[in-house]
Amino acid sequence: MATVEFRGVTKNFGQVKATDGVDLAIKDGELLVLLGPSGSGKSTLMRLCAGLEQPTSGTIAIDGVVVNDVSPRERGIAMVFQSYALYPHKTVFDNIAFPLTVEHMAKEDIRKKVEWAAGLFGIGRLLDRMPSQLSGGERQRVAIARALVRRPRVLLMDEPLSNLDAKERHYARGELKKFQRGIGVTTIYVTHDQVEAMGLGDRIAVLCEGRLRQVGTPEEIYDRPADIFVAGFIGIPPMNFIEREGRIAGFRPEVFRPLELVQGDELMRLRYRIERVENLGGYRVAYGVVDGTPILAKLPHRYPVTEGEEHDFAVSIRDIHFFHKDTGLRIEG
Amino acid sequence: MKTKRLLDRDEVLGPLCLLPVVIYMALFIGFPFVMSFVYSISNVTIGNPHYRIVGLQNFIAIVEDPVFRKSLVNTCIFTFVSISIVIVLGHILAELLRREFRGKWVVRFLVMLPWTAPIALGAIGFLWFLDSVFSPIDWLLRTWGLLGSPDSLFGAQSNLYWLGRPELAMTSVILVHVWRILPLAAVILLAGMNAIPREIIEAAQVDGAGYFRRLFHIILPLLFPVIGVTILFATFFTFTDMTVVWILTKGGPPPNSTQVLASLAFLKGIAGGDLAQAAAVALFFFPVLAGIAAIVLRLVKKAVVT
Amino acid sequence: MKRFLARSGFYGGLTFFVLFAAAPFYIMLITMFKRNHDLLNPANNPFFFTEPPTLDHVKLLFLQSLYPEFLLNTLLVGIAVVAITLVLAVPAAFSLARIAGGWGQNLAIGIFLTYLIPPTLLFIPLSRIISLFGLEDSLWSLILVYPTFTVPFCTWLLMSFFKSIPKDIEEQALIDGCSRVGAFFRVLFPLALPGIVTVIVFAFTLVANEYIYALAFIQDSAKKTIGIGMTTELVRGDVFYWGPLMGGALIASIPEALLYTFFLDRIVAGLAAGTTR
Repeated sequence: MATVEFRGVTKNFGQVKATDGVDLAIKDGELLVLLGPSGSGKSTLMRLCAGLEQPTSGTIAIDGVVVNDVSPRERGIAMVFQSYALYPHKTVFDNIAFPLTVEHMAKEDIRKKVEWAAGLFGIGRLLDRMPSQLSGGERQRVAIARALVRRPRVLLMDEPLSNLDAKERHYARGELKKFQRGIGVTTIYVTHDQVEAMGLGDRIAVLCEGRLRQVGTPEEIYDRPADIFVAGFIGIPPMNFIEREGRIAGFRPEVFRPLELVQGDELMRLRYRIERVENLGGYRVAYGVVDGTPILAKLPHRYPVTEGEEHDFAVSIRDIHFFHKDTGLRIEG
Repeated sequence: MKTKRLLDRDEVLGPLCLLPVVIYMALFIGFPFVMSFVYSISNVTIGNPHYRIVGLQNFIAIVEDPVFRKSLVNTCIFTFVSISIVIVLGHILAELLRREFRGKWVVRFLVMLPWTAPIALGAIGFLWFLDSVFSPIDWLLRTWGLLGSPDSLFGAQSNLYWLGRPELAMTSVILVHVWRILPLAAVILLAGMNAIPREIIEAAQVDGAGYFRRLFHIILPLLFPVIGVTILFATFFTFTDMTVVWILTKGGPPPNSTQVLASLAFLKGIAGGDLAQAAAVALFFFPVLAGIAAIVLRLVKKAVVT
Repeated sequence: MKRFLARSGFYGGLTFFVLFAAAPFYIMLITMFKRNHDLLNPANNPFFFTEPPTLDHVKLLFLQSLYPEFLLNTLLVGIAVVAITLVLAVPAAFSLARIAGGWGQNLAIGIFLTYLIPPTLLFIPLSRIISLFGLEDSLWSLILVYPTFTVPFCTWLLMSFFKSIPKDIEEQALIDGCSRVGAFFRVLFPLALPGIVTVIVFAFTLVANEYIYALAFIQDSAKKTIGIGMTTELVRGDVFYWGPLMGGALIASIPEALLYTFFLDRIVAGLAAGTTR
């Protein structure tokens, strides 16, 4: 098991800065999620860690040893690609065995290890098949089994669930978490899906345009977003922003409620004109405006509202996040 | 952990893999290519390895030579006429081969034969087909009464002498070029047609466009790049070829009725030993090839960007 | 009625093209088994046998002519050239497809453009180089020179085959413990094998098709390859050995044409991919 440390890591592709001075330390045995929109540099960061790219400046250390000049195969890492990258010309057994064959391990040991990894993921009966004969979920398990069979120090996963359908994904997420805990391997997990990030991560690192915006537990990220970007990126539906006294006030749609239902001493009262209501099954989302600014609200169960009319809504001051108008950074207090 | 081995470094492995090819091509393409320019302004012959530069003398000599001018004109005629026929026929053939039918594999094999079999061997077949006495074509014409009796369409003589009369010899050479290039053109055009999304043609059909409207307003404009590529390839193969002429006529019948640049260069250089003039003759390919190269370059660059 | 017309037009067109393309080969087939007495009578139907067929021409071809040598020479040159082509083109294509960046793109185009320098331009200086090396009348002259046209084309083809294999799979091999070279041999090469076989077939057919260099470099009858051997050795002045000539042409054409047709789609697809990626 190992720690991973990025120190001032910058990677330029021509004029484009894919990552820009990233400092990030991943603890031993931790599952860290790199979260960000596409083009935020999260995949680049992972590929730098794998050694598939070279940083333009900065260092990457695994277990305290700088690995900038170490080739991927000697870093003791494993990686699961978004496409799973199974070798199409090899059987499932040979796929899982591949990292061991490359090390010239004895045949008998290979067989034992492959069976151990296959057993772990319940794919023992698939060992003779070719990758083209597997379902999406089965391929994903094979890819992870192959990654873990060599007992890597660090496991890298690049959107491993994005090729699964919604149901498979839900199930696979739980399984992944279980295995990662069980084996205790240090894991870096890249995704653009905040639900996945919140559900899986011990900690989440939010990236935007190559810069690290915030690192923290899912609770910290959600409750105390470091800037407007993080605040707006996390949460469904997204946070509302409104200008108040030279600052940006942000509040989540779920705490923006009808006046009579809001508790607390200090309230921010707002006249909310609801233009449209969307019923999403479990809850309803209202689209409306406050002083000309579009604002969303998550409506309480069965609470009666009329489209096209103004309502008295409010937010408790405790639930409001304030951000600096120019820098976008969080204002504490 | 060791530092990266040499072969794991892209900046080492990349050039290393390319080195053999670059060296080989510099030695066997680049160097001779440059030498052909040098030869063309020298007085080198096969027997005389010590040569000196004589300026544009060779070019002046060949441009004044009526045989050269005849060859240049012939080359252009062969290329232009063959390509025109090939494009039209190739389009029809491609259209036919698009459909599914029984025994398509055999039909395709037979239709592709002129391109897939070595041209020298195919041309041997034509040597018999166009023979002055035994030509099967003449036999057919005689059987149908079109040749061999006083009131026949093609005359009273028993044979047409395909390769013995200047105009017929030119026709024959063009015929064999068309025969050879047609399958290649059809295959390229077919690939181009299959690349046109079905939806576009179906949309036009739904909009009520008839066959010819679809052909001229939708299919042909979309095919233009592919037709361009076909013309490039076909031009290249016809313009620089000497095999067909060499086997069929060796440039004859006299005086040089079917002589082309390639065969003239061969006659002067290898048979005649005058490498300098031969190089000068061959260099007349250069403007056309440079033109083709420039167009290919633009096509490829465009394709790379998109 | 309209459908009937369309159908008959379709089959009529097809028949025309098949006859046009295959007629010389049909005549070869008939002629190779025809008795000379039958063959050399202009009144006899050239499209079929007037007298019973014979194997004389085939016997002459294989037992009393240099035809077997021609075939063997072509085969030897073909194998050697294919080997050289692979040794040169495979690493180059790998490098251009996977390692090289912007300059690689330009180099790739440059290599492709060299294909446009035709043998008819190069044979003049090359014939001198060959004679300087003292390689006239040696198969080595062809083995050395033929890669000038196989390598550019094959490099380009292989490049597009390599590019069609997802990069992920190769990177996975790097992470699974392979070196760059190891990943190539263990993963990329097996996956590109169909492409490599295509290239082998293609290079071989190019070699068998070549005429000009062979004509310029080889005068010794026993060293000739099939194309020039047939047209120089079985035609003595005005005497054409028609039967063996036709038979030899047909026998040498068919296997090559079969192979080529079989791989044609892949070659065209490779070329198309090469220009669109």
